[in-house]
Amino acid sequence: MFAYLVKRVFQAIAVMFVISLIGFAIQDNLGDPLRELVGQSVSEEVRQELRDELGLNDSFLTQYLRFAGNALQGDLGTSYFFKEPALDVILKKLPATLELVMGASIIIIGLSIPLGVYTAIYPNTILSRLIMGISIIGISIPVFLTAILMIFVFAVELGWFPSYGRGDVVHVFGFWDTNFASLDGWQHILLPSIALASIMLPLFVRLIRAEMMEVLQSEYVKYAKAKGIRPWRIYFVHALKNTLLPVITVGGVQIGTMVAYTILTETVFQWPGMGFMFLEAVNRVDTPLIVAYLIVVGFIFVVTNTIVDLIYGLVNPTVNLARMGA
Amino acid sequence: MSLLSVRDLSVKFAMRDNTVTALNQISFDLCKGERLGIVGESGAGKSITGFALMNLLSRPGYIDSGKIQFLGDDITQMPEAKMRNIRGNEMAMIFQDPMVTLNPVLTIGQQMVETLMAHRKLSKAEAEQIAIVKLREVYIPSPEERLDQYPHELSGGMRQRIIIAIALLLDPQLIIADEPTTALDVTIQADIMELLLELCESNKVGLILITHDLGVVSQMTERTLVMYAGRIIESGRTREIINDPQHPYTQGLINALPQQTKPGQRLKQIPGNMPSLTSIPKGCPFSPRCEYVQDHCLTEAPKPVQYTHVEVACHEVNRLHSDKAEEMN
Repeated sequence: MFAYLVKRVFQAIAVMFVISLIGFAIQDNLGDPLRELVGQSVSEEVRQELRDELGLNDSFLTQYLRFAGNALQGDLGTSYFFKEPALDVILKKLPATLELVMGASIIIIGLSIPLGVYTAIYPNTILSRLIMGISIIGISIPVFLTAILMIFVFAVELGWFPSYGRGDVVHVFGFWDTNFASLDGWQHILLPSIALASIMLPLFVRLIRAEMMEVLQSEYVKYAKAKGIRPWRIYFVHALKNTLLPVITVGGVQIGTMVAYTILTETVFQWPGMGFMFLEAVNRVDTPLIVAYLIVVGFIFVVTNTIVDLIYGLVNPTVNLARMGA
Repeated sequence: MSLLSVRDLSVKFAMRDNTVTALNQISFDLCKGERLGIVGESGAGKSITGFALMNLLSRPGYIDSGKIQFLGDDITQMPEAKMRNIRGNEMAMIFQDPMVTLNPVLTIGQQMVETLMAHRKLSKAEAEQIAIVKLREVYIPSPEERLDQYPHELSGGMRQRIIIAIALLLDPQLIIADEPTTALDVTIQADIMELLLELCESNKVGLILITHDLGVVSQMTERTLVMYAGRIIESGRTREIINDPQHPYTQGLINALPQQTKPGQRLKQIPGNMPSLTSIPKGCPFSPRCEYVQDHCLTEAPKPVQYTHVEVACHEVNRLHSDKAEEMN
């Protein structure tokens, strides 16, 4: 188990190395930092001096090592626009994004399992056909369109929910603003969460349904029937556990993907998270912030995947983590 | 006393635009504690017979007509809840491949305890005690530790022993074993069969052994059904069927055994293949492969008739027999 953990951490470090390389390459090639810093009116001589001072004339390797060394100490550069450390800017926006992802995840987990199981057990009922039909629509419509449609229907026409922002957030633990502690917060996060879930949820319903149908055809399910086990126990103990094993792996990847999807959702709902911030940074050519965003999102991706793999090993008895470390 | 009585059982499969008959009016009986072998080629309907007895045919298969009287009740008319109470309890089944029969994510203990608790009011601890006793009966070493193990930690032979133990958990009246050793190593096959025979005899459990191995049938069973294309073509005491088969197909099967051939000689095969269920010939289903075929064999399906000690479904059985007698002289 420990050996496996160490192995996974090394893999994670390797992935982070590649991400940092890509991030640095972007920084190195995206525009001239001098123009952002000093504007047009400064003479070429002063510019050269500044370049030397900032180390922009050093070799690629020296510059990368400096960048990586700083990054390891939590210094991802300073945002041109905010004049603050880029990491601080992102960390301030992080809770909003993570809560949005959490809200979407709750919707996905809470709905995909019952819907997937139901449509697998009763594939021919009208309700199943309806669920499958809606899921196709959900997958087909892009997130930003779903979001705009929802704003139009539920915020503008019906007026049930607010159309933008986080609303009343409650400050907890000294560093985290949460939407889940007030009614206004809940009302604000509902529509964005649904919009963010709108692509993943149908995907998971279909995935769970397909896996479950296959499992229900298996010998061990037939055998459980031959032992006289009650149907609900066959479905939820024998079949569901086997169904969820592959779903967990896919789910881990999708949580990371969802963090990236928040760019669209947050922009439409003016959600003050890091996806919204990223789009603004791109508009302002705020290179350090863009790079810092890439690295932070990459880090979240790597961490969630590592955790999910460990969970998978704990849930699936046929995976021996101790042996996999060897 | 009759434990099981099957009468004119027909099983059909609903295909897209027609139905296919997988079992064609088969009838047989089984007494308490009796061991019956069902032999035939793949696709003859052996396994379907087993699943039909459990009322566990999966779609698109269904019981079209006929009766299955088990302990006095007709299984074909039984409500699902009552049927569920029979499965695993009065009638247990042993599947073909132990590598895929047990659920990979549940421990041996969970899979045994749930079977007991599905049929009896027991605490988990009591159920585990029964499970340990049964594991010991099938010669599983250190059964207490096995309860916490997962199937993948055990060998195929060990798993099949556990499946036999699960079959015996609730002291059933009948065990249906569907090719229980086909997926196992040859060296283990004999052990498992011996164990099954021993346990059936000592517990007075009826056994329906589905197999294509005539050697196994002759060692294990008292009576035998020979199936071909969804019909029973010959049935009777195992000894008589093995020593003096009447139906040309059964004769062909026996002659094809390696023991009937001298070393170096080619095995005597039955020419041709069993027809697929969608194209069973009119009349006798064996007629295209039969060397004694006559005109009426092609038009009229033979009904099972008593001939000497066995029941045979063949028009030409009389002639066949007199031919043989002439050969002898």
